[in-house]
Amino acid sequence: MKHLLATDGLDPDQARSILDTADELKKTLLGREVRKLPTLRGRTVITMFYENSTRTRVSFEIAGKWMSADVINVSAGGSSVGKGESLRDTALTLAAAGADCVIVRHPASGAAHRLAGWLADAGTSVVNAGDGMHEHPTQALLDAATLRERLGELKGRRVAIVGDVLHSRVARSNIHLLAALGAEVVLVAPPTLLPAGVETLPVTVSHELDAELPAVDAVMMLRVQAERMHGGFFPSAREYSITYGLNEKRLKLLPEHAVVMHPGPMLRGMEIASVVADAPSSAITEQVRNGVHVRMAVLYHLLAGEEDKTA
Amino acid sequence: MSRPRGAAEPGGERELLSSGDVARTIARMAHQVIEKTAIGPDAGEPPVLLGIPTRGTSLAARLAERITEFAGVKPPTGALDITLYRDDLRRRPTRPLAATHIPDTGIDDRVVILVDDVLFSGRTVRAALDALRDHGRPRAVQLAVLVDRGHREFPIRADYVGKNVPTSRAEEVHVLLAEIDERDAVLLRSEREAE
Repeated sequence: MKHLLATDGLDPDQARSILDTADELKKTLLGREVRKLPTLRGRTVITMFYENSTRTRVSFEIAGKWMSADVINVSAGGSSVGKGESLRDTALTLAAAGADCVIVRHPASGAAHRLAGWLADAGTSVVNAGDGMHEHPTQALLDAATLRERLGELKGRRVAIVGDVLHSRVARSNIHLLAALGAEVVLVAPPTLLPAGVETLPVTVSHELDAELPAVDAVMMLRVQAERMHGGFFPSAREYSITYGLNEKRLKLLPEHAVVMHPGPMLRGMEIASVVADAPSSAITEQVRNGVHVRMAVLYHLLAGEEDKTA
Repeated sequence: MSRPRGAAEPGGERELLSSGDVARTIARMAHQVIEKTAIGPDAGEPPVLLGIPTRGTSLAARLAERITEFAGVKPPTGALDITLYRDDLRRRPTRPLAATHIPDTGIDDRVVILVDDVLFSGRTVRAALDALRDHGRPRAVQLAVLVDRGHREFPIRADYVGKNVPTSRAEEVHVLLAEIDERDAVLLRSEREAE
């Protein structure tokens, strides 16, 4: 594997292999005195974040450092980007400076793909850490890792993705990955928050949360992305919360074994009630913990083996 | 062309140990471990056996079984995957990881016996020593292998050897274990001509 740009088109065997690696990494790091592996010694990983992020950036940084890679963080604010340098020039500069892998988050959909094209000659790997409203593949992988941990194999499991699907790269990545792993996906959202062409995705669509909850094995709540909304997508926050928020009453509709997830950052009281976020069925902190192991696994598959010249 | 006496013909295969031989060899190694590390009901803590996946893990479990049978004390047993510590990761496509399991007793201040099927260059053992260091500080580390085929590239030797087999580099030693390969045997294969 040379790049990780999207889960759309990701080979299911490759995805499973990353998840298995993440599992083993988690086990081997458990209860260790020294949480440091020498595997990526001498490799340089640069994170380029053009959008705010806490968990993703920190989790990639920890993942790289636990595998002994040198990790350098570049943020749009403190770099030459502020002086007007283009994404392409910044990337070429970082590659020329010796980056083996660039992890990029960008507000424009497709930014990671463009970057991978520009860096093809430099041999630098690119990981998409979220591009606009397109994809966020490592989030989908860590969600799958969390689901596998709680539910076992995902084949035949039913997962509801609820809320602002339109603006959500997390939803898009999860839809493709879950489908590849054999799970059924149902999107639950108001019609205004579903993307155009939803009928071409491997999902079913519903507008009634209460009707779907009793039949699902997991429910993924999405954040309402006010920063990407320029117009009236729903009448009021209060109405949205009442219709599509996961509250205590709805939690009781879920089967006993069902898992509640949220990619974070969550708006308590909006799409998810505070008590639900902290309930035993909630896997939200496990998602963050698994994020580190999954990102270690991704870096391992991109950087540890012999150079992949195919892509 | 010089080949050690009894070497397999090019492209051929020879059985070095039969299923019965494998069982007897493991039993003998168990006795040696008991003698050398003074395992017994009145002795101190027994050594911790750590198998190196894949076949080392099964061998460690079998060795532990025999030791329990002969000495009446069950040594803690686990697995130590060394993939993340290999020095040749960049020379091959990405390798899958195997399970690491350190027994609850931990390895601090214990005698640890690493168990593997074949001792060859010594690189695996070097990686295992590095891996061990991140899990704790054993009092001593010993090495048990079913077959020592020579050609060391590091200053490493085994404390317990099931069988010493002089080989040429062109030959391959295959340890088969029933848990994984449906039967027990050790085979010597010569897959290419000796250089």
